[in-house]
Amino acid sequence: MLKIKNLHASVEGKEILKGINLEINAGEVHAIMGPNGSGKSTLASVIAGKEEYEQTKGEIILEDEEISELEADERAHKGVFMSFQYPVEIPGVSVTNFMKTAINETRKAQGLEDMPAKEMLKKIREKSELLEIDRKFLSRSLNEGFSGGEKKRNEIFQMAMLEPKLSILDETDSGLDIDALRIVSNGVNKLRSKDNAVVVITHYQRLLDYIVPDHVHVLLDGRIVRSGGKELAHKLEEQGYDWIKEEVKVEG
Amino acid sequence: MELKDKLISSFFAFEEQVDVNNDVHQLRTKAIKDFETIGFPRKKEEDWKYTSLNSILKEDYSLFPKKESAIDYNDVKKYFIHDIDTYCIVFIDGIYSSQLSNTTHDKIDACLMSSALHSPKYKAIIDNYFDKITPKDSGLNALNTAFSKEGAFINIPKNTMADRPIQILNFSTGSEAALMVQPRNLIVVGENSHVQIIERHQSLTENPVLTNSVTEIYAEKRAQLDYYKIQNDKGSASLIDSTYVEQKQESFCSVHTFSFGGKLVRNNLQFFQRGERIDSTMKGITITEGKQHIDHNTLVHHIEPNCESHQDYKGIYGDKSTGVFNGKVLVEKEAQKTNAFQSNNNILVSDKATINSKPQLEIFADDVKCSHGCTIGQLDEEAMFYLKTRGIPAKEARALLMYAFANNVLDSVKIPEIKQRINKLIANKLNVNLGFDL
Ligand SMILES: Nc1ncnc2c1ncn2[C@@H]1O[C@H](COP(=O)(O)OP(=O)(O)OP(=O)(O)O)[C@@H](O)[C@H]1O
Ligand SMILES: [Mg+2]
Repeated sequence: MLKIKNLHASVEGKEILKGINLEINAGEVHAIMGPNGSGKSTLASVIAGKEEYEQTKGEIILEDEEISELEADERAHKGVFMSFQYPVEIPGVSVTNFMKTAINETRKAQGLEDMPAKEMLKKIREKSELLEIDRKFLSRSLNEGFSGGEKKRNEIFQMAMLEPKLSILDETDSGLDIDALRIVSNGVNKLRSKDNAVVVITHYQRLLDYIVPDHVHVLLDGRIVRSGGKELAHKLEEQGYDWIKEEVKVEG
Repeated sequence: MELKDKLISSFFAFEEQVDVNNDVHQLRTKAIKDFETIGFPRKKEEDWKYTSLNSILKEDYSLFPKKESAIDYNDVKKYFIHDIDTYCIVFIDGIYSSQLSNTTHDKIDACLMSSALHSPKYKAIIDNYFDKITPKDSGLNALNTAFSKEGAFINIPKNTMADRPIQILNFSTGSEAALMVQPRNLIVVGENSHVQIIERHQSLTENPVLTNSVTEIYAEKRAQLDYYKIQNDKGSASLIDSTYVEQKQESFCSVHTFSFGGKLVRNNLQFFQRGERIDSTMKGITITEGKQHIDHNTLVHHIEPNCESHQDYKGIYGDKSTGVFNGKVLVEKEAQKTNAFQSNNNILVSDKATINSKPQLEIFADDVKCSHGCTIGQLDEEAMFYLKTRGIPAKEARALLMYAFANNVLDSVKIPEIKQRINKLIANKLNVNLGFDL
């Protein structure tokens, strides 16, 4: 589904991603872990198409199509979704209206008519129930005054509404209480299918107990330095990153 | 001939159209002399520093349309708030249109200035209120008073709720190559009475139109008035709107000004608080493009203690357009415990657009709460990225953010149909369909 080859990216002249290689197949869950500042959010943003980050080298191939030159919205139309580590507050636009715009713009790009209002309402009801979101919440301004956990839950609600092929969830677990973590993970799992893929970026093994990864990657200083199965996450939880840093130093 | 000279020499012709044997005409004759002395405002005047009338005064305006034009209601229906029952006072090229109007004398008066000026029934009201609060140092006011003849006359007697909103519509048909009109409105809201008014100026062709409008509003004790100005005229039409509001104790008045269209629009909006516990509210949304110039010049004069004023103006300026916000809050020494809030937030969408924002607080009382804030910014890049990752293209994302920026000004609009209408106008102006009913 997604192939990333030798990806380099810089911001303001500073290289942050230094040659990332990653292949994700439909139906898989990948976890990306790594110390603060190693480039996890940058990788997610570059895949999603953030212009501020300059892709200096490499390829991003989504289902046989090179998408590096596409705008963020065009990538979204092709099924890329990113749950933000820090969702942006948009006062004055309700969650519902925002979702209507997002869905209908995506449909427009795909040559489809606007979604009939009834169908839209039904979908909103279904997906908000899935994530146990109170209806009152949906008429509030997007993310404005939402608690940290509410913002994250709302991100996954958007994912549920948009039904992307590739979802990149950037620290969706941070800020969630134990019940919310279960609800949100459960939501993500329900949305999984053999045709889509999920990348979870996290610092904690806890999330991976719920959303069980097929592959775990360690990002260090802009490079993927280790990949393994879910046992790798357990090892990191117990031992931290020092051992990897040591090994990488020796190899380097 | 220069417009000023033309106006002065036309006064004799005008006198043949009106009854000259009454007090109002004495005001007119004095006013034309004042206009002759003062003339049109010039850029060196502090209040006109950023707005030059030169380009619009150059046109060769007709002052009196040669013929009465009729309009088919269906052609102009869209300019009415037509989905609710209203009274309508409609003028075509400055002349009353009985065919498009729906006036009343049942419990309230929503009718014509021309008849009110000469009817003995309204003499007391005219004597009491006409031309009492228009500042006399303004050449434009003097000019309007000199030619005052037609406009809306609204009188809500004591203890009366107007049973529907009242619309004042001024159409210009383009039957003249260029036309100048000078509507004069008088609105008196009696003690404990309520009314809602909607005003719109609309030209139907690309022929230049200059409107110099003066509205006096008097809100007696505990009166409540909501006034909505929809300014979405053609790019060839210019408007100078001067609205003066005098409020008595415990009255509430709000004026919402939605400025989307027009070549040059200048809004002079002044509130005078003569009583305690008064609330004066002014809100505005301005969205411009091309070379439009829109100027809001506001004043709240806090004269008595324990009153409030609220100002919230939002502006979005595109292309090479310019905006001006000049908001003055004057708190007299006696006006203790005044709460005066002013905010003016602007977004410049293009780097060739300009906004001149100048809040002025003059406070002579010591126990007051006054605040003002003015911001000028661009759209938030992170928010743009967020919306785009949800599949919303740049143009729509920009529009959505602009809509979101301006939107809370609509919270205080009490007529849902107006809110809906303004939302549509905003969407049109931003040239987007956002996939939900704005
Ligand atoms: N816009 C920017 N301007 C300057 N530096 C940036 C910018 N964005 C990211 N960086 C830098 O790039 C590096 C990687 O940041 P990134 O946010 O990708 O880290 P991360 O792995 O997601 O960290 P965390 O675990 O704390 O979320 C950091 O050193 C950060 O300071
Ligand atoms: Mg991060």
